[in-house]
Amino acid sequence: MSLRRTLATARRVLAQLRHDPRTLALLLVVPCALLILLKYVFDGEPLVFDQIGAPLLGIFPMIVMFLVTSVATLRERTTGTLERLLTMPLAKADLLLGYALAFGLVALVQAAAAFGLTIGLLGLHIAGPSWLLFVVALADGLLGTALGLFLSAFAATEFQAVQFLPAFLLPQLLLCGLFAPRASMGAVLHGVSDVLPMSYAVDAMARLTSHSGVPGATLLDLSVVVGCVLLALGLGAATLRRRTA
Amino acid sequence: MLHDLDVDVPRGSVTGLLGPSGCGKTTLLRSVVGVQKIAAGTVTVLGEPAGSSPLRARVGYVTQAPSVYTDLSVAENLRYFADILGAPRTDPARVTELVGLTGQAEATVSRLSGGQRARVSLAAALLGAPELLVLDEPTVGLDPVLRQDLWRLFHQLADAGTTLLVSSHVMDEAIRCTRLLLMREGRLLANDTPTALLAATGTTDIEAAFLNLVTDAAAADPSAADPSATDAAASDTARTEAAR
Repeated sequence: MSLRRTLATARRVLAQLRHDPRTLALLLVVPCALLILLKYVFDGEPLVFDQIGAPLLGIFPMIVMFLVTSVATLRERTTGTLERLLTMPLAKADLLLGYALAFGLVALVQAAAAFGLTIGLLGLHIAGPSWLLFVVALADGLLGTALGLFLSAFAATEFQAVQFLPAFLLPQLLLCGLFAPRASMGAVLHGVSDVLPMSYAVDAMARLTSHSGVPGATLLDLSVVVGCVLLALGLGAATLRRRTA
Repeated sequence: MLHDLDVDVPRGSVTGLLGPSGCGKTTLLRSVVGVQKIAAGTVTVLGEPAGSSPLRARVGYVTQAPSVYTDLSVAENLRYFADILGAPRTDPARVTELVGLTGQAEATVSRLSGGQRARVSLAAALLGAPELLVLDEPTVGLDPVLRQDLWRLFHQLADAGTTLLVSSHVMDEAIRCTRLLLMREGRLLANDTPTALLAATGTTDIEAAFLNLVTDAAAADPSAADPSATDAAASDTARTEAAR
């Protein structure tokens, strides 16, 4: 592993994004636009917005980052640049961390924009500290990036990569406790939801919504999300093969 | 799948790997750069096992389809690959000039022609002055003038001590190589200099020599020319040494 190669990779990924201003604009605008939409969908029921605003502040960026990262990595595979890189002195971790760093930076800007908008203009009320809301939103964006990096290894085409969104993220959305409390689910589904990372992202946000102060449980949820980010990156590096058939 | 392949590629030579589409040229080249899964056999490059980490800065590889970032400029592509290789900061400009793309350095690759893209891909492989260059059909689809320029470049590099292993399915390129490997259906038909090959087969061009060798191989071993027998072969033994 080398810092120079990791940073060079991150710089290259950011340069690619810079050449594609429309994608960059979509990355930053879409989560904000969805949150504004959410606010006015619940115009007559501001309490509902306060309740689900925070969880969705985490989920929207996660979904957007997942999609962009998985397609970007897949493109690297299909255009032969990955094969070229793997014949070069580049550690697999350099490549994944370079991607994570570049998209992590995008996630940071995205989380800052969505957070500022939700707390400021849309007037979301939460009981917990708002800085922690920002940290969890950022962790959720990073989780989307890391999952996208890992799962793109199992897609051979862009069509498949895009299908991973309904296949992997939508079930998590149903089971994460946003639609029905996780405790009210059947034992099997509850068990499944216990091992899905989005559940912890939403739990953390829900706790921030209703509890003041910094509850230890929120920090625990946050560390599970961060742990999943690291796990997905590790698995991504492990599934990357220099030799292929 | 490759069978009974035993090849040495001498240092400082331009070795041509020729044969029809699908005969295993790319598989052999990918084995040399160490990205091909190998069932059996050994591949040694510059005295090290193919694909081992000390080799990764000493071997340059150009895939058949140009493998560069089409959404970046020529200079941005080369700067990135130079950073990965730890090549000097001046190297991108040097290789851009070698492939004749200095005027297009700031152009985005997606705006370049097919031939120009192929040369960007080649330029990336020249970064860091690798000792072995593995080029998979580098001249395919290029116009005759450009092809001549590239072959001149290949010989310049070889004269400076670089070993080149170049595949092609165009037989008229064979005469430009110092050594030739002729392949068919995963087997090696010949490994010689172009002149020796013509003398041995009593022919005047490489295409005729190749056809001659195919007929001979079929006569000597009927199973070798029978595709079904080749497919059924379960194991293969290959020993390849590049730039010993």
